[in-house]
This record gives sequence, structure tokens and C-alpha cells, in this order.
Amino acid sequence: MIISIASGKGGTGKTTVATNLAVSLETGGTGKTTIATNLAVSLGTGVQLLDCDVEEPNCHLFLNPVIHEKETAYTPVPKIDEAKCTLCRKCVEICRFRAIMVIGKTVLTFPELCHGCGGCMAVCPEKAISETGRELGVVEKGTVDDLHFAHGIIRVGEAMSPPLIRKVRSLTQPETITIIDAPPGTSCPVITAMKGADFVLLVTEPTPFGLHDLRLAVEAVKILKIPAGLVINRCDIGDPGVREYAKQENLPVLMEIPFDRKIAESYSRGKLIVEAMPEWRKNFLKLYRDIEKIVRQGGAN
Amino acid sequence: MKELVIISGKGGTGKTSLTAAFASLAENMVLCDADVDAADLHLLMNPTITSSSDFMGGCLAVINSEKCTKCGLCMELCRFNAIRKNSEQDSLKVDEIDCEGCGVCVDLCPEQAIDFPVKTCGEWYLSETRFGPMIHARLGIAEENSGKLVTLVRREAGKLAESRNADLIITDGPPGVGCPVIASIGGATAIVIVAEPTVSGLHDMERAVRLAAHFKVPGMVCVNKFDLNPDKTREILELAKERKMTVLESIPYDPVFTKSMIQGKTIIEYENENGNSSETCRIIREIWDTIISSPVMAQK
Repeated sequence: MIISIASGKGGTGKTTVATNLAVSLETGGTGKTTIATNLAVSLGTGVQLLDCDVEEPNCHLFLNPVIHEKETAYTPVPKIDEAKCTLCRKCVEICRFRAIMVIGKTVLTFPELCHGCGGCMAVCPEKAISETGRELGVVEKGTVDDLHFAHGIIRVGEAMSPPLIRKVRSLTQPETITIIDAPPGTSCPVITAMKGADFVLLVTEPTPFGLHDLRLAVEAVKILKIPAGLVINRCDIGDPGVREYAKQENLPVLMEIPFDRKIAESYSRGKLIVEAMPEWRKNFLKLYRDIEKIVRQGGAN
Repeated sequence: MKELVIISGKGGTGKTSLTAAFASLAENMVLCDADVDAADLHLLMNPTITSSSDFMGGCLAVINSEKCTKCGLCMELCRFNAIRKNSEQDSLKVDEIDCEGCGVCVDLCPEQAIDFPVKTCGEWYLSETRFGPMIHARLGIAEENSGKLVTLVRREAGKLAESRNADLIITDGPPGVGCPVIASIGGATAIVIVAEPTVSGLHDMERAVRLAAHFKVPGMVCVNKFDLNPDKTREILELAKERKMTVLESIPYDPVFTKSMIQGKTIIEYENENGNSSETCRIIREIWDTIISSPVMAQK
């Protein structure tokens, strides 16, 4: 079961929902018991949280995972063997990203523009091109008790996040509940973090900005044909727009989290809701069960 | 001409609300919404669109099944796993979402059976607002090339400012530190990083500060909702000073931000109309004065 948590608008509470859901599931809602004994068969064997908001990953700040493995991630970029190169320019012609140029008698590469398509290497008649790597960032793997955790951290200055998101997603374990914290927005990074999920949980706030960006996120989910549901955060501020829209779109509202200064302040210190208010564990477990029901029925719509 | 770009690292810290407030305080400026992925500034600006144009982004590979011999070379070459076998129809098909637009399959197909049409990836608009002209855009859902569209709207904002003799562009930036943010800040006169006093706010602001340093853009830092956690506010401001950033006055948590947003107004307008002169508005005015009179923004 893969649940991707997304939002359109940033700062609506994706990370809050992802971390609290993961921790509640891992402990089965009752403390330190493992999920297998509590929620049994249908839930599979464990829980993992993949923080795919690689530009600004935040889950670790709330979970303090023990990191066991750290790996630098690279994307392939061309390296040209000038001794073999005949300056035929075939590589320049195939590259849509202007990452290779011939100036005079030199071939110049611009690794930061390269998308790693391998076209230059495939087309070079002299086999003068090999590949080296451009650092995308790091992928870290660890645990929080029995919860498996991984995130990607993009190198500051690196523009392309989808390849790093794909590397984090490649750690998805089968037969596990995988919770993905997606980046905000509706363009390629978010799509990369949602594609192939069984369910998309959209977190929004009931304000005009929240509603506007929610509409965009719902369009994205429709393109991907993934069932979706809504968490309304700070549900007691703002206006009725989001609820009216949810009704009209037949989008189930699966959880509402009130604006509570206690929640906001404990969040600001890196505390989970379920730590500050343990009674919330059962709400997050119910959230999971509702999601599971929708997925089993083949979507709400 | 000066360009001030408002970014944040973390989303939802109040970039757009502040950008709009600045717009209502600034004179002779052009507004630019560079958060093309989830643009919200127009909700406060209520722009009258005077012209709209297509944004032509990348290209998309399309297999012509009549010419295709199903040799499978394109599938082997495609690094993005975007070409799939459709076993029912016994044909090869390109997944539009996965296609990177690299054209490798197009160039190397032995039958020349792959077309490569340019995609319309969104729209951009020239508008008039009650505060001045505005350039904004809408990136198509699930589209790539957000950086390219950001570059386009900033270039158009520059042209517009020149033609209207405006000496200032105020740009609302996207969250994060990736492609669209990099495209938003390159060559800007200064950036304002709006941070919130939370563990994630501090973490993300630090990355935004490093990005600004990487591209050598002078930065200023403003903490919003500072009273939610005065300790974290202090940490953010200390970090800002240490990295040689201008520290702006901090803004308290104030529900008036949401109230004014619901009415489609900037917080300054909302308070003016209600005859209030709140502390929050006073602080925002002061922040704006500090920005505008800062050496980097004031120099000719």
C-alpha cells in the first residue's frame, strides 16, 4: 500500500500528516506494540516513510531517525575523450538541453544542463563519450524504532529533483505500508512523488489560497487516475470554500485538524501531534483504515 | 531597474501575503508572480488580463504506429522508461508524463517513425491591477519546464517595467530550492526570505540562505508568526546575521492575514478600510521602508 501525501500549496501540513500517520501506524496506536499484531494481515509487514520533498525535507526533524546508511546520488553526465573525438558534432545535434557545444577545436560540456538521457553517448560514432556523475544530493536510510525511514536531500544549487525523488522511491519495499511525503506544487517533482501510489492524501487549509492550489492538485491526481481524499488542516480558520469544493468533487474529507496554538507551538519545536496529544493516535489509525477501505473498493469516485 | 524576489524555502510562510502587502506600499512598480506551479498572487490582486499567450515548453515523442516496426530500439534507448509495449494493441506507446523530451528515440529510430511536436505547457498573462501592471502565468498540470516559464515571466516583467518606466519589480517566488527557485533568483537585485519560527522553518530557511549565497544574490530575512516560538525566531535571526543578511523586523501571528485573504485584499488595504492601524501593519510598513532604503535597493 503506497500512500502519497501531497498538497498543491506549501505549508499546509503534509509533513505533519505524514509523520503522525507513520508513527501511529508503526505503534498500532497503543504505544510500542508492532503493527502486525494490531492491524494484522491487510496491513502487511511494516511501515516505511519516504520523504520525497527533497528540496526541503523535514520529516527527520520530527522523527529523529537513526541513520544507518548515507549514499551520494548522481545523475549521469557525459565525459568526452578528446583523443577519440573528431568534432563531428553529432552529440551537439542530438542534445536538446544544450549541454554540449563545440567551440573551435574543443568540446565543452555543461553538466548542470544535462538531463542524463544518454543521447550523446548513443550517437557518437567514435565511442568517445563515457559517463561520469553530477551530484544530485544524498539519500539517507534509517529507522525510528520499527519504522523504516528514508529521505533525499538535494544539493543546494542542483535544479533537477525528479531523479533524486526516483532514487528515494526505489527504496519502496513490497508488502509494506509506504507513506510518501511529496513536495508542494503540481509539476514534475510532485508527479514523480505521486505516480504509482495507491492513494493520494491531499492536505489543505480552508482558505482561498488553499482552495486554489487544491483544485490544481486534484487535477494532477485525476491525470494520474489515483483515488484521493482530503485532510483539512487548521479547519476552523478561513471560509467554507474548501468544504463546498470537496462535496462538489465527491472528495472524501478524511480528517480535520483544528488550529490549536498547542499544536502549532509543539510543531514549532519539532514535536508530533501524537506526542503532544496521544489521543490523536486513534484518529490517525482511523484515517488509515478509511484510506484502506477506499483503496479496496477501487477508489471513492 | 531593481528586482526584489520574495522566497521562503518552506511553503506557507506568508510569501504571497507579504508580496501583496509590499505591492500596496510600493510606488511605480511591476508585479511578477514567479510561483508558476501554484500561483496565488492573482487571488489578492484580482488582475484584469489584457493579453494571454501560450507557453511553449518542451517536446513530446509520439510514435507513428503505421511506420513503427516494433523493433524496440526506442525502448532500449529511453533512460526514462517512457516507452511501453501495449500488448493488447501490439504497439509501442510513449507515456506522456514520463517522457523527458530528450528526443533520443526520435533521432535514432531506424524507421523515423517518431514525431516530436512542441507541447503547449501553460499560459502567461499581462494584466493590470489596482497597484500596477502584473505578469503572471499558469503552468499546465503535471508539466515540466517550470524553470523555463519562470525565466519567461521574469523577462517579460523586465520588458514591461522598461516600457512603463517603472523602476521596481516585485516578484513572488516559489517554495523550495530547486529548478523554479533557481530560475527566480538569478540576477535579482535582492531577495527577501520569509521564514517561520519552527524547526522546519529554520531548516528550510538555512537552505534558502545557502542558495542565495550560491548565486551571489544579497538577502534579507523576515520572520513571520515570530511569537509562535521566540526561541526559534532568535535562532533564525542569529543565523541570518552570521550569514551577513539584512534582518528585517519580525511579524506576529495575526489572523488578519487570513481575513484579508478571504476578501481578496492585501492586509494593508483590509486594515485601512476597517479604520484599523494594527501593529502588524505598522511592522509591515517598517519592513518595506527598510527594504527600499537598504543600500542594495537604494543605490542608483
